[in-house]
Formats: sequence, C-alpha cells, structure tokens
Amino acid sequence: MTSLPQNRTAKKLGLVIDLDVCVGCHACVISCKEWNTGGYGSALSDQHPYGADVSGTFLNRIHSFEVAPEGGQIIGEAGDARVVHFPKSCLHCEDAPCVTVCPTGASYKRVEDGIVLVDEDKCIGCGLCAWACAYGAREMDLAAGVMKKCTLCVDRVYNETLKQEDRVPSCVRTCPVNARHFGDLGDPNSDVAIMVVERGGFDLMPEQGTRPTNKYLPPRPRTSLSDSAPIIPLAENTEGARGFFAWLDKTLDRI
Amino acid sequence: MHPAYSIIVFTTLSGLGYGLAVVLGLGFLDPSLLMTKLAYLTSLALISIGLAASLLHLGNPQRAWRALSQWRSSWLSREGVMAIATFIPLTFSAALAIFADRHDVILGFITVLGALVTVYCTSMIYASLKTVDSWHTKLTPLCFLLFSLAGGFLFASAFVGNGLVEELLALLFVFLALIAKLVWRNRATTLLPISTPETATGLGFIGKVRLFERPHTLDNYLTREMGFRVARKHAAKLWVIAFICGVVLPILALLLAMTIGEGLTAQIALVFSVIAYVLGILVERWLFFGEAKHAVMNYY
Amino acid sequence: MSSEPVLALSEPVGDEIRKTTCYMCACRCGIDVHLKDGKIRYIEGNRDHPINKGVLCAKGSAGIMQHYSPARLRAPLLRTGPRGSGEFKEISWEEALALAVDWLQPVRETAPQKLAFFTGRDQSQALTSFWAQNFGTPNYAAHGGFCSVNMAAAGIYTIGGAFWEFGAPDWDKTKLFVLFGVAEDHDSNPIKIGISKLKKRGARFVSVNPVRTGYSAIADNWIGIRPGTDGLLIIAVIHELFRTGKIDLDYLQRYTNAPWLVIDDEGNEDHGLFLRDDLGKALVRDPRSGALVRFDEPGHIADLNAELVTEDGRKVRSVLRLMAEKYLDPKYAPDAVAAETGVAASTIRGLASEIARVAFDEEIILQQPWTDMKGEQHDVMIGRPVSFHAMRGISAHSNGFQSARALHVLQTIIGSIDCPGGHRYKPPYPKPVTAHPRPHGRAEHVKPGQPLAGPHLGYPLGPEDLLVDSEGKPQRIDKAFSWEAPLSAHGMMHMVIANACAGDPYPVDVLFLYMANMAWNSSMNTRGTIKMLEERDAKTGEYRIPKIIYSDAYSSEMVAYADLVLPDTTYLERHDCISLLDRPISEPDAACDAIRWPVLEPDRDVRGFQSVLIDLGARLKLPGFVDDSGAALYKDYADYIVNHQRKPGIGPLSGWRGADAMDEGRGAPNESQLQNYIGHGAFWMKHIPDEALYFKHHNAAYQQFAIDMGFFDAPQPVTLQLYVETLQKFRLSALGVRQPFAPEQYRKRLLDCFDPLPDWYRPFEEQGVDVAEFPYHAITQRPMAMYHSWGSQNAWLRQIHTKNPLYVPGTICDELGLKDGDWAWVISHHGRIKCEIARTDAVNGKTMWTWNAIGKRKGAWALDPQAPEATKGFLLNHLIHELLPPKADGMRWSNSDPITGQAAWYDLRVRIERAEAGVEISEPYFAAIKPPGSQSQPVDELRYGQEWSPK
Repeated sequence: MTSLPQNRTAKKLGLVIDLDVCVGCHACVISCKEWNTGGYGSALSDQHPYGADVSGTFLNRIHSFEVAPEGGQIIGEAGDARVVHFPKSCLHCEDAPCVTVCPTGASYKRVEDGIVLVDEDKCIGCGLCAWACAYGAREMDLAAGVMKKCTLCVDRVYNETLKQEDRVPSCVRTCPVNARHFGDLGDPNSDVAIMVVERGGFDLMPEQGTRPTNKYLPPRPRTSLSDSAPIIPLAENTEGARGFFAWLDKTLDRI
Repeated sequence: MHPAYSIIVFTTLSGLGYGLAVVLGLGFLDPSLLMTKLAYLTSLALISIGLAASLLHLGNPQRAWRALSQWRSSWLSREGVMAIATFIPLTFSAALAIFADRHDVILGFITVLGALVTVYCTSMIYASLKTVDSWHTKLTPLCFLLFSLAGGFLFASAFVGNGLVEELLALLFVFLALIAKLVWRNRATTLLPISTPETATGLGFIGKVRLFERPHTLDNYLTREMGFRVARKHAAKLWVIAFICGVVLPILALLLAMTIGEGLTAQIALVFSVIAYVLGILVERWLFFGEAKHAVMNYY
Repeated sequence: MSSEPVLALSEPVGDEIRKTTCYMCACRCGIDVHLKDGKIRYIEGNRDHPINKGVLCAKGSAGIMQHYSPARLRAPLLRTGPRGSGEFKEISWEEALALAVDWLQPVRETAPQKLAFFTGRDQSQALTSFWAQNFGTPNYAAHGGFCSVNMAAAGIYTIGGAFWEFGAPDWDKTKLFVLFGVAEDHDSNPIKIGISKLKKRGARFVSVNPVRTGYSAIADNWIGIRPGTDGLLIIAVIHELFRTGKIDLDYLQRYTNAPWLVIDDEGNEDHGLFLRDDLGKALVRDPRSGALVRFDEPGHIADLNAELVTEDGRKVRSVLRLMAEKYLDPKYAPDAVAAETGVAASTIRGLASEIARVAFDEEIILQQPWTDMKGEQHDVMIGRPVSFHAMRGISAHSNGFQSARALHVLQTIIGSIDCPGGHRYKPPYPKPVTAHPRPHGRAEHVKPGQPLAGPHLGYPLGPEDLLVDSEGKPQRIDKAFSWEAPLSAHGMMHMVIANACAGDPYPVDVLFLYMANMAWNSSMNTRGTIKMLEERDAKTGEYRIPKIIYSDAYSSEMVAYADLVLPDTTYLERHDCISLLDRPISEPDAACDAIRWPVLEPDRDVRGFQSVLIDLGARLKLPGFVDDSGAALYKDYADYIVNHQRKPGIGPLSGWRGADAMDEGRGAPNESQLQNYIGHGAFWMKHIPDEALYFKHHNAAYQQFAIDMGFFDAPQPVTLQLYVETLQKFRLSALGVRQPFAPEQYRKRLLDCFDPLPDWYRPFEEQGVDVAEFPYHAITQRPMAMYHSWGSQNAWLRQIHTKNPLYVPGTICDELGLKDGDWAWVISHHGRIKCEIARTDAVNGKTMWTWNAIGKRKGAWALDPQAPEATKGFLLNHLIHELLPPKADGMRWSNSDPITGQAAWYDLRVRIERAEAGVEISEPYFAAIKPPGSQSQPVDELRYGQEWSPK
C-alpha cells in the first residue's frame, strides 16, 4: 500500500499554478483552510489562536520571494528587484517519497487518479513523510497527532452533491486571479496539459527526482517601457503652444 | 532539523544495545560469568528504552503496531520489524546465558545478523532521505554501524574488566568510527546543496531568489521541525565536546585500563569510557539532527 | 498488499445554503454561506454575483472566524472606570437607549450642533445621514475625509464619476491598464479578476507605485515613483501627448469643456470664468458660422482653437488653448520632471507613447449604433482601450485633489472616458457636480428641535456655498466646507476629536461614533488623540468631550474610550442594504443593489446598529422616524429598508418594487421585497440596454434608463470638466475681486493650490520640514488578507500578518548596516517609533513602508497582551500629526489637502536610525486595556469543524 502504484497512474489529477498572475492575496490559503477543517479527516487545528505564539495547520501557503536579476533575465525597468508570490501545496508527485517512507501504509497514492492521501486512521504521526518531502507539503496537526496534507479536495472533485462547475478544489474555485487550474495532467489534450506546454510549465526541484504532478507557469516575459518610446512619431507640430495651435488648426480643418 | 530528544535517545541507546548484542552474539563473553548475564540484560534494556523513547515522539503511539506493516518499502517499518525480530534471538541467547550459562553459536549468529541489519535499517531511515543532503550518503549507515560496534565493544570491555581483545577491538572501532565520521562530516560541510531557492521556485532564470515574506509570520510545523539551525560557534563547541567525550576520553580510559591490566581502577576506567562514549554519541546525534539542512528550507 | 480505503466522496457540504453579502471589507461580494448543524460550515463566492462572480478573497473565506470572534461585544456597556481603562458594566438595552435619549434630547432641543455624529466604515450612510439631518446637527459625515475623498471629489468635479463605486476599467476590452498607488483594499476582487483577464489577453499592465508588492508584483512594468509626485508624472505624460498631438479632438469637441470660452479679464470678478449667456449656459464658437452658441445647442460644432474678442469687447479663449499653453511648458517635459519623480525620462516618454499608441493605433470599433444628447446618431462606438485606476495612493497626499484631477484629465484628452476599452461609469454615475446637492450647516440651517435645512454633505460650486459665518469662521466641528478645506465633500472626521477637545470652533456635548477606530489606527497622532479623549476640564473635572457614545461589534481600541457602548451584530446576523442611494455596487453593464439578512441569529445581547438608530430616532421623535401621532414609523432596519421612501416610489432598494413586485427602480414599497432579494441571491441587477452601455455621459438611451431607474427625474448629461470653474472662483475670492472675499490668511494658499487646470505642487510636509533632516518617505501598503484593524481578531488571518516589519530599501540598509530582524528608530517632525526592520530591494530607494494597521494596543481585540500585534506590531500613525509643522508666523495648517481636507497620510517624511540593542518591543506602547464586560478568555486551541470529522 505504501508502495507507489505499480504502473504509473494514467490519470494524474493536479494543479497548474500561474506565477504570472498570482498577486499573493492568500484567498486560496484561507479557502483551503475553511473547506478542509470541516472536511476530509480531522480538523485543521490552530494552537494559541489568540495568543502570543499562534500557529496552525495549513495545507496551502503562499510564500513571497524577492528576485534580483543578477545576470538573469532583466524585466521591467532594468535592474529592479521584483516580488514573486508563490503558492505551494502538495504536488502529488509520481515518485512520492512521502508515500514510500510511511511505515504504516497511511500514506498512499491513489491508483485511480494519482492523488496522494493520508489515511488518518492508520497514521501514527511519526513525521517521517514530512521529512521525506522536499516541498513542505505535509504538516503534522498538533491536536490530532496525524499528518495533514492537500487532498486535492478529493471530497469536492467527485462530489455529486456539487454542481459540475464546483467540482474543483476549493483553492481553484476561489482564486480571484484565476492563477490556479485543476485537471488531468496525464491527458495531453487536457486544458491544463496544453497550458503547461504552451507556457513552459516547470517542475519544482526536479533534481529531487520526485516527478511532481503539479506544474508552475513562469512569469511571462516583459518588455520595458523605455523601449516603446521610439514607436511614437512626433506630430507635425510642436514647438510649444504656438506650434500646437497651428497643428490644431490644420488638423481641425481635416476633420 | 529539530533534534528531538526522543529520537536522539532512541538512536543512541538502541544503537549501543545492538552493538553490545553483536559482541555477545559473537560469543566474546563467557556466558557463565555474572557480568555476561548483566551485559545481556543491559543490551536488552538499552534496546527497550530506545524503542520506548521512539514511541514518545509519535502523534498516535497507540497505533505504533501498524508501523510493522510496510517493510517492503519503508526503512522505518523495516527497522521496527528487525528490531523486534532481533529481540527474539537476543532474548533466547540471554535466557540461555542467564539460566543455562550457555552460548549458542547459531542463535548468536542470528542475533549478530539481526542487530547489524537493525542498525543499518535505523541509519537508512535517514540516509534514504534525499531531502537532507548531509544524510543522503552510504557513509551514514557506515557511521551508525561503526558507532554501534565501538559502543558494543566498549560496553563489553567494561563488563569483562580485563579483556584485552575486547579492549583492542573497542579501540579499533572507536578509531574507525572517528575516521568514518570525519569523512562524513567533511562531506557534509563541503557539499553543494542539490536544491537551492532558485531550483525550489524555478525562478532562477530571473535572478537570485531571496525570501521576502514568509507565508505566515510566525513559525509553523515545518519551520520548527525542519528549520532548526544550530549556531555555528555553538556547533563547533559541541563538536569538541563530542570528540572529547566520544573519542579522546574513551581511548585514554581504555589505554589506562590496558596499562593497569585489572583491578578496580581499570574497571572504573572502563566504566568511565562507556559513560563518556554514551555522552559523546548523544552529542554527536544531537548535531546529526541539529546541523542537518532540509531542502524545504529553500522556501523559508 | 491491502487495498485503498473507501472514501466518502459525495458528502453534502451542509444542510442549507444562505446567500448574503460579505462585509469582511468594503468590496461587498456575494457569498454563499453553507450552514451545518446551525453553524457555518463553509463560505464561498456567489457565482451569479456581479461583483465577485464566484471568487472570494482570504478575508471573505475567513468570515467564519470573524463571526465567531472572541472579540465580539456581548451586551450594551456603561463605562465604570476612567476612559481607556476598559472597565465597563453590562447594562440592558432599555437602560442604554434611555441613557442615550437622556443625553441627546436636551442637545437637540437647545443646540443640535453639540452632537457630533460620525460614522466610519459605514455602509448605511443613506440612513445615518437621514437620521443626522432630522436630528438637526450640522456635524455629520462618514470616514471619506481620511480615506479617499480626493479621488471622489476630483472625479465628480471633473467627469461626474471616479473609480471603484463610481466606475471601473473596461476589463474585457482594455489593452493598456495603468494603476496608480495602493489599490489592494478597495474593489479588490473586481480588480483582481480584471487584472487577471487583461494579463491573459496579453494586454499591458503598468503599475505606478513606490512599492512593488501585491498587484505591482505582476505588473508588466513597474514605475517605482517617489511618493507625492504622481501628479507631476501624469502632467508630464499630458505634456508629451500635447507635444505629439496625440489627443482625441473629436471627443474633446463633443463631450468636454475643451471648447468652452474662458474670459481673460485680469483683475475683474469674471476673470477665468466661462463666457455664459443670460441663462448661465456656457458658450462656444461654431467654427462654421463663427457665431457664439450654447455648448449643448444641437446642430452646432464647437471650435477647440477659439480665441476671440466678443462683441462687448471681452477677450476669451478656449479651454484647450489654455491647456496647451500650460502643459506645453518645458518644465513639464519628461527630462525636467525625472529628478523630482524619481522616474527616468525615457520611462515617462515610453509610458506616454504607449498610452498614445494603444489609444489611437489600437482603437476599438463596436458595431453598435447610438444617439447622443444632441440627437446626433452614431453608427458605431469608438473605443480608446486605455484605462486607469487609482485610490488612496494618489488621494492621501496634500496635493491629491490636483493629482487625481490630472489623472481624470489625462483619461479625458485621449477620449477614453466611458468608451469601449476605457474607463466606464457604474450607475447611478455619471452625475454632474451640479446634480449633487450643496452642503448645509450654516447657522441659518440649524435650529433647535428642527431638522437641518438640507443634506450635510455636497459639492460647493463656489465660495458662496461654504459653511462659514460672515467672518469666514467654520460652522462645522470638523471645519469642513470652510476656507481651510472648501470642497471637503466627505467631511473631515479626522479633525473632529482635536477640534472638539479644543472647543474650536465650539465645544460639543455628545460625540457619537459608529465603527471608527479613532483611538487607534484611524487617527493621525494616535497618542495625542488618546490624550484628547482622556483630557478633562481643569475646573469641572469633566471630560473635554463630555459624552461619547460608540457602536461597534468588536472590542476595538475605541471601545475603551466610550462612555456608552452599543454593541453591533456581526455581518451575518443583520439586515443591511447596499443601496443606489448610498454607496452602490453597480457594474458598468448593470445597475445593482444588494442586501444582508440574518443568516444566523445572534447568541448575545446585541442589536444591529441601524435598527438601534431607528429606535433612537423614534424615541427622540425625529421627523422621518415617527408619524404625526409620534408613533414609530419603522419596527427595525428591515422595515425601514422596505418601506422608507426618499421621494414617492424611490426607496433604499430598487428591485421588486410595486404592488406586484414587478417594478424596478421606481415603484411603491412591496412587503415581500426582502424575501424576493433573499430568493435571488440577496442582490438585484438590471442590465443596461446595449445602445446605452457606453458614452453614458452623453448617451440619450442611457439618460432615459437613468430616469426610468429613478436616478434622476430629468436627463443629467455630463460635459467633462477639464477646466473647473469652481476652483477659479476661489482664486478670485483670494484675489479680493469676487464676493465673498477670502480671509487674508487663506489667500496665498488658495492662489497656490486652486488652479482650475490640474497642477502639481510639493506636498506640504515636504515643503515644511528640512528634507535633509528627514530624507525619506514612509508609507503603508494594504495587505490583501486584512481589512484595516479588523483582521487581527481573526484566528486565521492573523497568522498571515502577526506583526509588521518596516521594509527598508537595501541601499539604506547597507548604509546603516541594518539587516533583517534589526530594530530601528524612525523619526518624523512629530515623533519617533521603534520597530523591527526587514530589507527589500523592490521599492523606491527613498521610501520605506509597512503593512497598514497590523499593530494593536495591548488587550484590544481579545488578543493576549503579549500578542506580537501588540509587542512587535506598530503604527506609522504615531509619526503623523494632524497639523503641519508651524510656519514662520506660528500658524499651523492641518495636514490635509487644502481643497478637500483629505488627510495627507502619505506625505510623511522621516529619517531612520539604528536602535540600541535592548528589549525588542515596538515603541511607543501603551498600558493594556481590560477586556470589556463579560468577554471571556479566548480558547487556547481551536479545532473548528472537528465535530464533522468522519469517525
């Protein structure tokens, strides 16, 4: 069980996250929290929620990075550092080390669709799967003593009590900038798979050999404003107001 | 990584317990002697305390039995299975020694094999993690095994009191463990991390990546668990303590005991060597965890 | 190998969905509240809703934690300890309301102006203003004066609309979007949806902001401007557009006052005013006949280039000629403004040429015939797909009105106001300034026991509309509509406490506040404000502000300073209406309004503030709240929403009116109106006909739609006011050539700042302090996951921003040897704060910044006194004074825009020094406030929803 599916799953449900439009609003973070604290498995607890040392279990968090173009691609106005908001949750890896290290079989990757889940009834809370994950996708719930992780809202995506359009993960449903896309990355004709090809979607830490299902779309290339300056031809006028009035007369005559 | 005391106690004590079990299994100690019987009990006690300590860090220890199920894929599961499996021949050997003053070679051989495999499995829990560069090497099991054997022979020397062979082997293994650990540490301090903030974010094509704002202001499970960083000068000090306790003092004590030959002073020196060694290994284990850098910290 | 566990994949979300309107910020999105076992299971965006179209932000999703916040007040409170202690006893509603009446009744009967009634993040201003007007006090306003009145007023005076509630970019068609300043807190989901749409289309998004976070982080181009110079940048772009002839002459000729003729008669009372006919209609020259005709006379065109002498010998010239003369001045050339703005000349030129290129080379043509207000038929709608948005970033400066005007003028000269791809009005806007009321509050408007003679707030058309006495002294407690801030259309709430404490222009007896955290983050000079609230008269020992009534749902810092607290409900326990009479939520394509209704019943002894106000109105026998016999007209707010009529057929809600609930806009009250709203997702939406979708300011079909909907009773087309005559009237008063004459001390300022064409001057604090001593700017940005001070009581949101560092540019860090986690003193002309710093390189090099309103006072909001919000969070407010540094003559002006009185939060100048190692607590800090009333100790562990966890 704790072994990965013998044959790679054909269906690979996952997310595509567009770093070009994520504004770091944390909508997905809280929507995930509210859906999952009353959904799959035990609640996502918060310790000292109104105290000095508040912390809680979250399955999706947004990091913010500052990227300085030292020898890298120069974007916008030359030399400027930029901020990139970076949502991160479980990547539902094909070669998920968190699954194989699990001593109890609580961690598993579904044969049907590749979603990586924790069977909380089997989880002993040893934490090894979190150590095995390079992405910080797993967080121990301190109240329940079991490992929590993104379920890809498995209790939404197949939920027949929801309208078809709502059968997506809560984070995808709520994202105001449509930076999160859900679909079958195993199907080369799916919208998400096409998006990955067209936009040059990439894996996080490919060197870890985990083969993540989730992909990230890079910020689109940008051109500086100064470069557009020469596009505009000078009007025939324009020595000060006098030239403007002359131009105005001529132009108005033509209208 | 956060050095959890339960895990440090577990790896240290059970490692020593299985080391001692190896020495006992090889029949170095005369089963008819009281000290040998005590050594068996000590080995069983070290292993038991270690395993019990390991349960302390579980979120749901009442389900720990489930950890025996996944031996096909999980080193932690294998470790659990082997730990218990080895307990059986070791207990029988102990019973033979205690009640019948006997040592059974086959049973001993099985114990030796089981103990070595168990220690190997323990070490592989860590060595198999690609997320911690410094652990992810064959040198990790080598170190664990040598530390275990060195500890086993130190214990054995203390129980025997004047066993030159045991003392020489203890010296040898402490020395080998030291070399292995130095190589391990040299690798750990000089290796280039396989993952960086640039590979972690995929943003290296834009430039140098630096954390601007954490996802949540204060610490979370991940930063507490994987984000532990021991201060550099603190670490240096601890390494000196580990070196003195784990290597220098045991060797000096062994040499003293060998020089004296036998008697109370030699016995005290040998017991002292064991105590120093255990302290040294506890500190070494603390640093093993405390100095480990986890790939997830590229995001923090 | 064991098999996978069987999962319950089709569990219903909850027992029931109740659709209402969010109130986690001012956006007012539609939400689906899923209830399970009488508790909130899940809140998601309403897919049908015009504002958020299904999405929801972090705040909206965290509504669960707001609704169950431990900081909720539990019952009416009467102060028992000194102000600021937090010592209260809980009393009954009957006691509370009787006490309020005891305090208010004598005020109304003797001197109604001694009640100052100000509301904060109020979404019921139609009611609160109606109440205040019937009480008779002139002292009423909401919080716009310290929020964004510059943007709103500049927009109304210029285009009869503005951003956010007034208008928005045509997100579906725009090809270039330029965003000025921080915008993450208002209209946030629509802007996020919009930016995402245009980026996916490959449209360009330019952000002008000193800080490159939030929306700026994903902008194609970031212009890291120096704070307070946006207006200069915009004028430089206008300069470039004039210089290169990239202006839409046809649009200017038809829809703006560019061809209107301005009198050139220096030294006389009509200098700079429009040439008008006997009816007061502005005149233009028809170039074909040469005749002067009324600007709106059908069958004529207007000469943009007119310069002539009239038959009676007056020199006049067109507004466009004045603009060319002004803006073609080389001092506005990109090279000339580069140093001041901190923006490279090549970037400014690039921005201007990109605006010109997209506006004219990427013109959109919609095959949609329409008819303009002169009766001319157009076959198509021509779009100039360039759009803009700005809010507080431009507004909160002492030159904000003029900068906002410059932005509206820029949009106008490229012809992008309400065209396809441009800036689009949201109904009931556009509305010309003349269609708004004038302010009321002069002595003749205020009579004991009588209602105020008219609405408090409005738009003066000249100095004659000011609320001053014959000597020019202010008549309102906040000095709004006085010579100090003539066009303060939203009032000046930020001046109320200081003026009331000083008894200037007069003392008040009762200060009545709603949902405004004036004892903390909503005031400049927070420590000083706290002192004023605590200050007592030396002789009588009574507080300078004798009685303070405050209504809030949560134990904010302000609660501790109230004498009587009226506890409000949470947003899920109340009725509300988001009304077209108030602050509407319309979209450019549709008129919309919405309601809130109690999707959950309160479990505490609290009441919705609006119902309480209606109850108080009845107890005080205010007209409009009682019938002729003195009996209450309305049971509660819900009753008022349905049955109140502003004028026959016009009520707070536009949907489901009339006897059969079929009427929209106009119609008799309908008893089932709220049920109809609830049944339709809590909102009403009326689509604008296709031929009326654009050019609303001049579109005959739209004007008819507006009349049908009851916005107006007659057409109110807007001629866009590039040149604002009202401002010139103030200059004539300052010159002493036109009555009423401005008092001497205001004259220079009026002449300097009231240019009728958008102008730029240095922000006042920068003018008043030694910039070598205070070389840097310090500003706040709005975290998207927090709304003002509300978020910290929310267990989920507070984890995102538990404390706020001061972000310091890398160059300054290197100079001072500062690194992340170090502590520093930040010093202004007014005070010093100690705070933790963090490095950033994605910022204007002279600007440091922090997140707004994360710092909290110890003990407030039900947080542990050791919470990082209280020990490491901080406010910039302590550095900002409500007055500017003294001038040579000792005169201290208010730290506000001289035109509107808008609080100039972002003018702050500072220096920074490394702080000595020591206790890492931000300074200043204050004594802890006790939790009020029966508020209990919050839980130490939260497992929300654990009872629903599968067993």
